[in-house]
Amino acid sequence: MGEAFDAGFFVRWLEAAALAVDREAGLLTELDSAIGDADHGANLQRGFAAVAELLAKEPPATPGAVLVAAGRQLISTVGGASGPLYGTLLRRTGKALGEDEHVGRERLAEAFAVGVAAVSQLGGAQVGDKTMLDALVPAVEALRVSFGAARTAAEEGALATVPLQARKGRASYLGERSIGHQDPGATSSALLFAELAGTARAEGPA
Amino acid sequence: MSAAAPVGIVLVSHSADVAASVAALALGLAGGGGTAPIHPAGGLPDGGLGTSAELICSAAKAVDGGAGVAILVDLGSAVLTVKALLAEGDELPEGARLVDAPFVEGAVAALVTASAGGDLDAVAAAASEAYAYRKE
Repeated sequence: MGEAFDAGFFVRWLEAAALAVDREAGLLTELDSAIGDADHGANLQRGFAAVAELLAKEPPATPGAVLVAAGRQLISTVGGASGPLYGTLLRRTGKALGEDEHVGRERLAEAFAVGVAAVSQLGGAQVGDKTMLDALVPAVEALRVSFGAARTAAEEGALATVPLQARKGRASYLGERSIGHQDPGATSSALLFAELAGTARAEGPA
Repeated sequence: MSAAAPVGIVLVSHSADVAASVAALALGLAGGGGTAPIHPAGGLPDGGLGTSAELICSAAKAVDGGAGVAILVDLGSAVLTVKALLAEGDELPEGARLVDAPFVEGAVAALVTASAGGDLDAVAAAASEAYAYRKE
């Protein structure tokens, strides 16, 4: 458990996330057209492309600063509810990491827990409301064990939104008709944790 | 009543048309004479539906005269974006506040109150009170 990740790791994760969002934008929009307003893919594409561009131009020096800068950029550029929500997740997680130049996985899990709590507070949602929290909460909990466990927990959490009835956001207006569809926000959250695990695996344990 | 600059008002909607029309409606109903500054921040910079942090921040700066800025929002990402910007601390002017109010009625109440010289608390209270007016 001696892994320690620097600012470059977090830049590579977010660059990989931007590619993944680009690749899966069609799926995210398709899920969002079933119960939302069909903009989740395009919104995240725009936001994460702006994040990748910013980080390439001015790479911050610490993991915390990378996440804070990325979060601000998402709030500025996404244009949908996922912007302030993911923006808050990254910004609060980054702030919780402080000025450290290297952070270990367990420290990251603690910081993400702060970020996820801020997302829950901002949106007023809980686990079971059919939102991104259904993937984020179990993922962050599992990150205490390993990156792979976090990835699996996020994927399972996203799949588990299918039978749920939406209680937040536009999908909640659909009532029972929201049942049977996978939540787009939980799906993009699973994508982010899959890329986090992929980036960690590619770089191997320290 | 205050001799200082009036409170500014920002209207944030997913739609540029809605934000601009509600601003025009409020200006029309606020009557003649000088009104407090009101600025729409609707839709995305490319004209599409959505919420633009950039448009919100520039609108807030445009109406800020130092007495505070009341921000009224429609729903969803408009609410969350303004909350996230306020939590950020440095993107919106000092004294910017998210006002919990119905969008159309609240905009009229806010503009009338701000134009009459009400301070930010009075403007926010007048806009929020618009929730209490039942229609049936």
